[in-house]
Amino acid sequence: MLYFDIKKRLRAGAKVFRLDAAFCLEEGSFLGIRGASGSGKTTLLRCLAGLCRPDSGGIRLGEELWYGSRPPVFLPPQRRSVGLVFQDYALFPNMTVYGNVFYATGDRKRTLELLELARLTELERHFPHELSGGQRQRTALARALGRRPRLLLLDEPLSALDESLRYSLGDELIRIQRETGVTAILVSHSREEISRLCTEVLELAEGRILGAGAEDRFEELRAGSAAEAGSA
Amino acid sequence: MSLDLEPFLVSLRLGLWVTGLLLVICFPLAWVFARSRGRWVVWVESTTSLPLVLSPTVLGFYLLILLSPRGAIGRLFMSVFHLRLAFTFAGIVIGGCVASLPFMLTALKTGIQGVPTQLLDASYTLGKGRLETILRVVVPNMRSGIAAGLVNTFAHTIGGFGVMLMVGGSLPGVTKVVSIAVYERVESLDFASAHVYSAILVGVSYIGVLLLNRLQRREARR
Repeated sequence: MLYFDIKKRLRAGAKVFRLDAAFCLEEGSFLGIRGASGSGKTTLLRCLAGLCRPDSGGIRLGEELWYGSRPPVFLPPQRRSVGLVFQDYALFPNMTVYGNVFYATGDRKRTLELLELARLTELERHFPHELSGGQRQRTALARALGRRPRLLLLDEPLSALDESLRYSLGDELIRIQRETGVTAILVSHSREEISRLCTEVLELAEGRILGAGAEDRFEELRAGSAAEAGSA
Repeated sequence: MSLDLEPFLVSLRLGLWVTGLLLVICFPLAWVFARSRGRWVVWVESTTSLPLVLSPTVLGFYLLILLSPRGAIGRLFMSVFHLRLAFTFAGIVIGGCVASLPFMLTALKTGIQGVPTQLLDASYTLGKGRLETILRVVVPNMRSGIAAGLVNTFAHTIGGFGVMLMVGGSLPGVTKVVSIAVYERVESLDFASAHVYSAILVGVSYIGVLLLNRLQRREARR
């Protein structure tokens, strides 16, 4: 079970608001976080990865406490079992596809396995600047899986791709998530993308959770909570 | 015209020492300047840029006072390493380091700033610590910044005059660098030697800058 409760003051342009989001996620599920830009999605992801420290709250994955405000606990990213795919992939330009993945695994056999999983075997000697958008995305994904993370974080992984690629790589993402059984959280502003890929949905607006639940019942749940809020 | 090559050897040795030392000294400083958002940074940075705008003679004068046996640094070196600094090779190495510091620092800082912070974040989430990230991700991706630091520092140091003359004097084979040799040859109206010395200095500097520009062009295409 992944549990997080993240509170943090945020600034988006001139606007200051508070990210305040708590959620529980079964391991092995695929959560989509959606919301407009500046709603706090990426910060939430960075807090989970340990790249950003919340003001208060807690983050726990299974038995491991990653962050707690009282008593103060903060595990750095190196000590969290996470993989993060960045929006612009953040591949190391000085390393080949193989080098990028090997950097994460430190093991030749595991690297080759991941390259095969992401269908990159033929491109292993290429440098990032020689790859297409989709190939870069797959390299970033293979690299993020390198440490066998228990939690895979994906920050708008498909937004830089054109429509047809977005579709086929979306399928790849589902396949790889199922094959590895990793708990995944994907951040996207695209409602369609999330409903296609994810099993759970969480919607953020100005740092607050508007609604959350199983993907197939999400619209219904959200309509219900909106009606409840209206009648209150 | 009898061409004495000794000033070249002194300049070459000086250039290598200063460039090597500054690379090591400036990297951590450049890292802090590039990454820190503290207000104090601008004050420290302005101090380290001072040698760029200050007259080398003035800089040399203060350095001479500091490095002399009665000066703070001179006394320290004397008591700890039993090393005299004023009018010695060690003294002009220190003088060269101070005078060329901003060249190395600016180039390294620009290089570090050119490496996207996302690459560092990516490396941390892949389980790597800061030192490994610097060595395997930052340094290889700021090669042109490092090359600029090396070339600019080396060229500026081997061409140094004011600071070297003030701190080191003109002891043949010890502190007499090429620029001082050119000055002395002109003073004694030996223009032919001055021409040769100067032409070699121009040639070396040009080759350095040329190699640097080629590297930067190649990197920019990636």
